[in-house]
Amino acid sequence: MKQKEVPQDKSNLESLNFRELCYAVDENGEYTTENSTGWDPKTIALDNAIKDIEERTALAKQKVLNDETSPVEYYMELHKMDLGILASYVGLWQWRVKRHFKPAVFNKLNNSTLQKYADVFDISIDELKHIENRPCK
Amino acid sequence: MQIDFSHKQSAHCENGVVSNLMRHRGFEVSEPMVFGIGSGLLFSYLPFLKVNHAPVFTYRVMPGIIFNRFAKRVGVKIKREKFKDPKVAKMRLDENLAKNNPVGLQVGVYHLPYFPEEYRFHFNAHNMVVYGQENGTYLISDPVMETVTTISDTDLEKVRFAKGAFAPKGHMYYPISFPEKLNLEKAIVKGIKQTCKDMTAPIPLVGVKAIYWVAKNIRKWPKKLGTKKANHYLGQIVRMQEEIGTGGGGFRYIYAAFLQEAAKILNNEKLKELSKEMTEIGDQWRDFALEASRIYKNRSAQTDAYNKVADQLEAISQREAVFFKKLKKAI
Repeated sequence: MKQKEVPQDKSNLESLNFRELCYAVDENGEYTTENSTGWDPKTIALDNAIKDIEERTALAKQKVLNDETSPVEYYMELHKMDLGILASYVGLWQWRVKRHFKPAVFNKLNNSTLQKYADVFDISIDELKHIENRPCK
Repeated sequence: MQIDFSHKQSAHCENGVVSNLMRHRGFEVSEPMVFGIGSGLLFSYLPFLKVNHAPVFTYRVMPGIIFNRFAKRVGVKIKREKFKDPKVAKMRLDENLAKNNPVGLQVGVYHLPYFPEEYRFHFNAHNMVVYGQENGTYLISDPVMETVTTISDTDLEKVRFAKGAFAPKGHMYYPISFPEKLNLEKAIVKGIKQTCKDMTAPIPLVGVKAIYWVAKNIRKWPKKLGTKKANHYLGQIVRMQEEIGTGGGGFRYIYAAFLQEAAKILNNEKLKELSKEMTEIGDQWRDFALEASRIYKNRSAQTDAYNKVADQLEAISQREAVFFKKLKKAI
């Protein structure tokens, strides 16, 4: 890549004054560095990845409202986690966390377990139990 | 208190921390030099491991390896500490800062407050330097940022004790002993040899064989996985290749810069030519990313389009296979 060809496309980084470093060759063929504001192919990839998470979160929310899963799954998706990451944050086995996805099991959880989840998601127990007005992104 | 520390932006965090810590001790070593001597370049495909609901593709070696190899090859000793108790971790950090010793930290990105929201995933192998502390706020030199920044003590504890894969466990590291003079020549040769060996390894999980394997799989994705998932996987490849930290072209440009610098140090004209070729290979990776983005931008799953990007990857795989054989002979 030539120094002049380092892409300066619009991206969500630009507004934050965050430019990353790229390696490119100058007119004499010598390597140098150049800051880039963004490149469309990867901006689109990132946007798609974020849309994917938003869709997963919206779906999880709907499932909670339909009483098909517990708010734990919704918050897990909201925080871009998967089962393994959430389990290691709350310090429980994965199968136990998965079990807590069942509304019937979740509703019987004691306060200390609920507090563990609330702490990880940085919310109160009340917010953990009631997600009606929570965002999808 | 604040240590006089010069911050220099780099493409990749681990190279950057090493390069900046070395400069602080009076050894000027560029980012590409650290990357090349540490044999950072790789390609690996691990379809049975999932990150963000897609397989793992990586263009570099595992976190921490670059610094370890670099240190061993130039004769620097590093001290590494991990902690169970966040209080002890903070205490040890403060002790080092009080002794005027800037340290490297491994951190998770998800809770990093100065990072753009879109980039905060559960990625636990980010690196930064702490060079001071003022009233509970730590002074940070994060190599991927243009300037220095700060972080509160509570946020620092969160990122040092992030959970999940590669959990940092407060990991703190710093060089403790240095040779009188850095012997780069030998280290460069060792670094190049290892990269050639890794890239041409006879197993499908790493190197040029892994690139070929991905190409083969891509052809099957649209039928096997459906449009949505196939596009998501393709997006993951491009993100791993071009996201903050690779310097463009999946580290191939940084490696070309290393070869150019190495050519001067070793007085080897062949390396200069090979640097040019590595740049062209980097351009090929960029073309692949551009073509792939056309697929997931339009959300299409025409098998033709998938075959086209797979062809591009196959060509790259063949070219890199020849390239690393030539590179091995050149040193």
